[in-house]
Amino acid sequence: MSKNVHLLELQTSPHLHKTSSVEHLMRQVIYALMPVCLFSVWQFGLSALALLLTCTIVCMATEHFFCYMAKKPSTLPDGSAIITGLLLALTLPPGFPLWIAALGAFIAIALGKALFGGIGFNVFNPALVGRAFLQASFTGSITTWTPAFSPNRFAEFVPSSLALPFCKPGAIDTWLASASVDGFSGATPLALQKFDHVSTSIGQLLLGTTAGSTGESCALILMAGGAYLIIRKIMDWRIPAAVLGSAFVVSGVFYLIDSSAYPSPFFILFPADSCSVPSSWPATWWVRP
Amino acid sequence: MSTPTNESLDVFVKGLWRENPVFVMLLGMCPVLAVTNSVINALAMGLATLFVLVMSSALVSLLRNVIPKQVRIATYIVIIATFVTVVDYSIQAISLEVYLALGAFIQLIVVNCIILGRAEAFASKNGIGKSILDALGMGIGFTFALLCLGGVRELLGNGSLLDINILGPHFEPWSVMILPPGGFFVLGAWLLLFSWLKERSERRKTEKEASHVG
Repeated sequence: MSKNVHLLELQTSPHLHKTSSVEHLMRQVIYALMPVCLFSVWQFGLSALALLLTCTIVCMATEHFFCYMAKKPSTLPDGSAIITGLLLALTLPPGFPLWIAALGAFIAIALGKALFGGIGFNVFNPALVGRAFLQASFTGSITTWTPAFSPNRFAEFVPSSLALPFCKPGAIDTWLASASVDGFSGATPLALQKFDHVSTSIGQLLLGTTAGSTGESCALILMAGGAYLIIRKIMDWRIPAAVLGSAFVVSGVFYLIDSSAYPSPFFILFPADSCSVPSSWPATWWVRP
Repeated sequence: MSTPTNESLDVFVKGLWRENPVFVMLLGMCPVLAVTNSVINALAMGLATLFVLVMSSALVSLLRNVIPKQVRIATYIVIIATFVTVVDYSIQAISLEVYLALGAFIQLIVVNCIILGRAEAFASKNGIGKSILDALGMGIGFTFALLCLGGVRELLGNGSLLDINILGPHFEPWSVMILPPGGFFVLGAWLLLFSWLKERSERRKTEKEASHVG
C-alpha cells in the first residue's frame, strides 16, 4: 500500500472503470429483498420476524465460524451470508420451528457454501441447499402453512415456531381454528388448485393475501424487487424471463388441451407454493457465474 | 517392528485405524453408503464381510503356492463367492428381516474390493497366521466404520439405536439421514473428522521432533 500521490496516472488500455464489487452487488440484492421481508412481517407477524432474524443470524455466525476455522479473513462484511439467511427464511413457512430453521441456515452456509470454498465457489445457491435439506428431512413442518393476517399475529407466536430444539412441534390444529376466524384459510393457492380445483384469483395472488411461504405471497412486491435488480443491472433480465416464459408456455399448452383439469397459465405465473418462481426470483441472480 | 509379535500386532492393528479400509483407503463404498441406515443392518453387513474376509484370506493364503498366476483373480473370486454363499444362506436362516433389508448387498460382498484387495495384496504373499490377522484387522475396521455411519444415521434419522428409542418420544427425526443423501452427508462428516485427527497428530509429531532437535 503505497501512499504516493500520483499527479499523472498513466495506464494502458482498457480505461473502463467498474464500480461494482461484491459488497455493492450484495447490498443491492438486500435492498431488493427488504420490501418482501417487511411485507412478510406485516402479513405473518412475530413468527415471520423471528424466522428472518434466526436464519440471518445463524447464517452470519456460520460464515464467520468457517472463515475462522479456515484462517481466512472473515467474509461477513460482503453481506452474502445475510442474503442467504433472508432467502432461506423467505422460502420457509411462516410458522416454521425456529430450531429447524437454524439448522437449515447452518447447513445452507456449511454444506452449500463453506465446504466448496466460500463465496464464488459454491455450485448451488446456498439458501436453496438449506431449503432442500429441510424439505427432505422435515416434510411435516415444511408443509404446515399458517393463515395470513391472523388477528393476533403481532401479539403471539405461531405455537410451532417455538418448539424446543430437537423436539417435534406440537399439533397446531386448535390454534389454527381460532386464528383463521376471519376467513383467510391456511391452504395455499397451489394446494387449493390441486386438491379442491379452486383457482385463486390473480388479484389475490398479486396482492399476497393468501397463505404460503414467508416471502412468496405478494407477487407485486417480488416483481418490484426483481425489476429493481434488473434496472440496476444487477440481474440479467433474460434469466427470469426464460424461467417465467417457459412456465407460461408449457402451462398454456396444457390449458389449451384441457382447461378443466389444468390451471390457466396466468395462475402459473403467480404461483404461491414453495417451489414457486417469484420466491426464487431475486435468487436467480445468484446462479450467474 | 523388530520382534515377530510386534510385527503381527502391527499387521492386525493397521486395519483398525491407520489403514482403515473405509475412512483411509475409501474402499467398499457401495455397502458403506447403502446399508448403513440402521445399526442392525450395519452390524450384519460388517460381520458378514468380516467372515468372508477372514475365511477367504485364510484359504487364499493356504492355496497361494498352487494357484497358477494367470488365473489367480478368477480363483480368488470363486473362493470368495463360496463363502458369500455360505453367509447368504446363514443370514437368511438367522433373520429373514435383516436379509430382506440388506437385499442384494449380501451377494455383492463378492465384488467388495476390500476382500479381493486383501487376497491379492496380502494373503497371496503371506502365511496363513498373518493373513488371518490382517483380515481380522481389516474386517473389524470395516465393521467399525459401518457402525460409525449406522449409529449416527439411525440416531438422527429415527431417534433410536438398535431399534431402542434413545432420544425420547418428542424427538423430531431428520428423515434425510436414513435416506441415501444422509449416507453421503454422514460419510463426509466422518472423513472430515478422521483427516482432521490425522493431520493434527502428524502436526504434533513434527512439532515434537522439531523441539527435540532444537
